[in-house]
Amino acid sequence: MSVLVYTESWDGSFRKSTFEAASYASETAKLLGTEVVAISLGEVSNDELTKLGNYGVSKVVSCCTIEKGDSQAATNAIAKTANNASILIFSNTNTAKMIAPRLSAKLKAGIVSNVITLSESASPLKVKRQAFSSKAIELATVNTATAILAIAPNSFKLIETGGNCTIEEDLTNEKGAITIEGKETASGKISISEAEIVVSAGRGLKGPENWGMIEELAELLGAATACSKPVSDIGWRPHGEHVGQTGKAVAADLYFAIGISGAIQHLAGINSSKVIVAINTDPEAPFFKAADYGIVGDAFEVVPKLIEEIKQLRA
Amino acid sequence: MNIVVCISSVPDTTSKINFTENNTKFDSNGIQFVINPNDEFGLTKAMVLKEALAGTVKVITVGDATTEPIIRKTLAIGADSAVRINKAATDSYTTALEIANYLKENPADLIIAGKESLDYNGGAVPAMIAEMLDLPFVNACNGLEIVGTNAKISREIDGGKENLSSSLPLVIGGQKGLVEESALRIPNMRGIMQARSKPLEVIEATTTEDLTTSISFEKPAEKGACKLVDADNVAELVRLLHNEAKVI
Ligand SMILES: Cc1cc2nc3c(=O)[nH]c(=O)nc-3n(C[C@H](O)[C@H](O)[C@H](O)COP(=O)(O)OP(=O)(O)OC[C@H]3O[C@@H](n4cnc5c(N)ncnc54)[C@H](O)[C@@H]3O)c2cc1C
Ligand SMILES: Nc1ncnc2c1ncn2[C@@H]1O[C@H](COP(=O)(O)O)[C@@H](O)[C@H]1O
Repeated sequence: MSVLVYTESWDGSFRKSTFEAASYASETAKLLGTEVVAISLGEVSNDELTKLGNYGVSKVVSCCTIEKGDSQAATNAIAKTANNASILIFSNTNTAKMIAPRLSAKLKAGIVSNVITLSESASPLKVKRQAFSSKAIELATVNTATAILAIAPNSFKLIETGGNCTIEEDLTNEKGAITIEGKETASGKISISEAEIVVSAGRGLKGPENWGMIEELAELLGAATACSKPVSDIGWRPHGEHVGQTGKAVAADLYFAIGISGAIQHLAGINSSKVIVAINTDPEAPFFKAADYGIVGDAFEVVPKLIEEIKQLRA
Repeated sequence: MNIVVCISSVPDTTSKINFTENNTKFDSNGIQFVINPNDEFGLTKAMVLKEALAGTVKVITVGDATTEPIIRKTLAIGADSAVRINKAATDSYTTALEIANYLKENPADLIIAGKESLDYNGGAVPAMIAEMLDLPFVNACNGLEIVGTNAKISREIDGGKENLSSSLPLVIGGQKGLVEESALRIPNMRGIMQARSKPLEVIEATTTEDLTTSISFEKPAEKGACKLVDADNVAELVRLLHNEAKVI
């Protein structure tokens, strides 16, 4: 018996959400009195794989020839390694959402996604999850012997154990019907779903030419930039930045809403953020009801001052 | 080209979410149900593909009789026929299994579902269908082109997109980007009239064994009152974020 964690990498590196999943797996393994085995797909260096030890993984199986975007191959590879596991942990990324439910069907193991808490007992396994676009929290239980949990990014903190892990190479060569042709990404961008701070702006900014100050503020804070839906619909910002019920979900430690009214569909995507700051000219803007801190004022005056003040704080 | 679109009905996005029976059931009282927005993109995409390549579009839903107005709406938008598997969906696995069992008997070239339903946000049904049918699957699909028996696909990844290709049959979990939002189809009068005579087949469900169970629901804790800082005193906001909230 063990706990298996899927450790997702991009371009050979793990992300924060990967280490969150490992930390979660390690806490779950304590509950079961067992150890954590990780599975990594694709080319990842030994140096990088070794980092998992620090988050409680005792052994990592590295399937370097498997492409994670090929969910058939990924599922088969993980199922093979999982034969001994009673709980499988994923971070709820777009890629994991192709693999984890497939495994659930293959292994007939109940899956709970968007998990935000640890289970209090190993059997029955009961966890809380986000539902109704963060408008509710659901308590769910798994009825099968093997369980799969996909945890919501940024809802579980990293726990460093200072431990080490062994590396086992698995050269199984699986291939499904999918071929990965390549990707198009803006380099150096911080991912919205994983970012600790998100600086988001809406139609109140009047036009795409005014995003310079938003980017400057984000860069200063090491934050991701985001926007409301109409802003990406009109093409002021890329589609990938749109947050809300029909866009990305944000669970940041700090969320700046600048010139965003605070419509219910926007709030649905961001209200699991811990601290929310609203900046809006309209004192009646609904965002002030959802925010922890607010400034009633013009973004074009407030944001440059904010940048100056944060620079001073940092100096 | 036979296309099947999986449709889930979800509360309208502005709905206030409440629970009944001691917080164990979603309270559908006064709730307006709509086609799950991710599925709306899929349905329009299916119509576009059908018009370009000839074929049929069938919608399928696992739901009780209360989902029929939504099914009629998909027929009014342009689907040729509909299947309802008579069971209130309670668990992703059994929902997927009902659909997969149907598709084993009635194969399709392309199965379009949504990347997630906006109520339970499971994000699980389409991948499960793919596994049950041993088909390739692409999630968060925001671009799809069919060339002969192959598909060129893009999917959203952090900070951009990944391009893939696949043979058919294929399952996708669709989302915004599959078609332009401005291209989304809505029912017109003629469509609504035609929908009345289009076939809507009701099949009894066969699965019973839920792999997961929903125990109860709660609402997230209410926020305290917002602390307002004067626009002339931005320094105070920075101080609060640094010293009080400890987030910068
Ligand atoms: C089915 C459906 C799904 C949706 N999904 C989403 C979603 O996922 N995400 C989303 O964001 N929206 C979504 N929406 C749209 C949502 O209802 C709102 O229309 C949208 O969030 C409004 O965007 P906004 O706040 O940027 O623009 P507006 O509503 O136009 O608000 C602009 C705000 O800026 C303020 N402002 C103006 N000038 C300034 C200034 N100089 N300084 C500071 N503030 C200023 C104004 O007071 C106002 O509050 C959805 C809608 C529907 C129907
Ligand atoms: N009851 C259902 N009937 C038909 N399709 C469904 C049902 N539930 C979910 N789906 C499909 O699966 C997608 C993802 O749903 P979910 O896994 O519930 O988040 C939806 O967008 C639908 O396309």
